[in-house]
Amino acid sequence: MLNSAGKLIYGLCFLLGVCIVNNAMAEVIHSERSLYRNILVEDKGDLRCLKFNVKSNKTRQSCLLKSQPQRLVFNYTKQLLTGLLVNPEPKRILIIGLGGGTMSNTLHQLLPDSYIDNVEIDESVIKVARQYFGFLENNQVKTYSQDGRVFVKRALLKKLKYDWIILDAFNGDYIPEHLMTKEYLQETKRLLSPQGILTANTFSSSKLYIYESATYKAVFGDYYQVSNPDNSNRIILARNNGLDENFYKEQAAVEQSESITQLAIKLLAIGVDAKQLYKNIKSTATHQDWPDDSPVLTDQFSPANLLNIDVD
Amino acid sequence: MQESKKAINYNNLFIYFLAFTSGFSIMCIELLAGRILAPFFGSSVHIWGSIITVFMLSLALGYLFGGKLSTRSASLTRYGAIFIIAGLTLLPIVTSSTWLMESIFLAVEDSRYGSLLASTALFFIPTIILGMLSPYSVRLLVRNSNESGQVAGKLYFVSTLGSALGTIITSFYLVLWFDINTIVVSISLLLSLLGCITIVVAKANPNLFKSKAQRDISHA
Repeated sequence: MLNSAGKLIYGLCFLLGVCIVNNAMAEVIHSERSLYRNILVEDKGDLRCLKFNVKSNKTRQSCLLKSQPQRLVFNYTKQLLTGLLVNPEPKRILIIGLGGGTMSNTLHQLLPDSYIDNVEIDESVIKVARQYFGFLENNQVKTYSQDGRVFVKRALLKKLKYDWIILDAFNGDYIPEHLMTKEYLQETKRLLSPQGILTANTFSSSKLYIYESATYKAVFGDYYQVSNPDNSNRIILARNNGLDENFYKEQAAVEQSESITQLAIKLLAIGVDAKQLYKNIKSTATHQDWPDDSPVLTDQFSPANLLNIDVD
Repeated sequence: MQESKKAINYNNLFIYFLAFTSGFSIMCIELLAGRILAPFFGSSVHIWGSIITVFMLSLALGYLFGGKLSTRSASLTRYGAIFIIAGLTLLPIVTSSTWLMESIFLAVEDSRYGSLLASTALFFIPTIILGMLSPYSVRLLVRNSNESGQVAGKLYFVSTLGSALGTIITSFYLVLWFDINTIVVSISLLLSLLGCITIVVAKANPNLFKSKAQRDISHA
C-alpha cells in the first residue's frame, strides 16, 4: 500500500518534472507585431524557429539548429535544393520570401561565387532574420524590402536575368494571391536565363493543389515535382526550356552508381542526401496527379486563399 | 388619402433601394480595387492606404457636389441620369486599367505614389458620381424640415447597409465565382439599368417628386 502510494507520488513528480522541462524547452525569445503579421522567434532546446501569427507548428516559417546553423532542418528546404541537381551552377539566384534567411545562407555557403537577391515584403522579418538567424548579407547577398510581384516587374524593366528563382513567399496562411497567378508566373519565367530554373514551395494537401498545378503547367509546360510521402510540401521545379530529356537517364544513373559526386558531398555536409533527392523527383509528363481541365489562376480570378480554407 | 400615402411609400422605397445599390456598388468596387492594383503595385499595406484615401476623398467631394446639384431643379430624371453616368464611368476600369497602370508603373518608381496615382486614375471619378447619390436621395425624400434628420438617418442606414453587404458578398463569394472584370461590368450594367428604370418611372409619373419640390418652395 505504502509502496504503491510512493509509486504514485513518484509518478506525479515525474509528470510534473516533464511539464516543467517541456515549458522550459519552448521559449519565445522574441515577439513583435509587424505591419503584416505577428512574428515569433521560439527556442526549443537546440532548435530555433521563426513563426508567423500563432504558436503552432503549422505556421513555422524557418528553423535552424543553433549548434549547426548550416544544417537544413525542414524537408522542404532540402527538397528545394533539388534545383542544384538540375542546374548545378546558378550564377544569379533570386529568392522571393526570406523567412529566417536560412535558404540564402545555405546557398551562399554552397555557391560562394553566386549572387543572391532576397526579396521580402516585411522589414521586420528582415531584421529578425539578421538578429536571430544569422542571416548573412554582403557584396554577393543582397536584400530588398519589396513586394515580390513589384520586384519581378522592376527587374524585368532592368533586363535582369536569374539562373534560379525560388518562390517561397508565404503569409500566415499560404502564398499571397497575386503571387500565384498565371501572369505572375509568366513574369518570373521571362526573368529566367535560357537555362534558368524556378522552384516553388507549395502545399500538397489542399483544394488549391489542382489549380496551382494547372497554372504552372499552363506557363511552363510539364515540370518536375518533388515530394516526400511523409510531409505535406510539394516542390515545383520548372525549367525555362521545359523538361530535360537527359535528366531521366541521369536520374537512373545516379540511383545505380556507387560513386559520389562533388555536389553530393557538399549536400551531405548540410544534411541532404542527394540520392534521395534524385529518387523523389517525378516529371508531370509521366506522373500528372490532377485533372487536365483544372482551372488556371489568373489576375482576374485568384480566390486562392478562399479555396484554401477547406484544407486540413 | 390612404391610397396616395401608400403610393408615395412605394416611391420612397424605390429611392431607398437605389441608395442601397449605390452603397453596395461603392464597396464592391473598393474591395476589387485591391485586386486590380496588386499585379502592378503589390499588396503592401500602403496599397490599401492609397485605395481608401482615394475613395474617402472622392466620396467627400461627391457628397459636396451631389448636395449642390440637388438645390437646382432636383428631379427623379436627373437622379436616374447620375446612376447611368456612374455606371459608364466604371467601364474604364475594365477597358483601360492595364495600360493605365502600366504607364504609371513605368513613370513612378515608388509604389506608394504609383498606387495612389493609379487608384486616382481608376476610381476617383466613378466614386465621386456614386457619392453624389446620397445627398440627392435625401433631397428627393425629405418633404419637410422636421423629418429631414430622420430621412437622412434612414438613408445612411440603408446605403451603409448596402456597403456592408457589398463588401462581404464580394470578398466571400463573388471573387470565388467570377472574374474581376465580370463583376465590374455587372455593377456597371446594374447601375445603368437602374438609372434607366428611374428615368422611365419619372417620365411615367411627371408629378412624382416635383409636387414636393414645389411644396418646399412654397414653405420657404
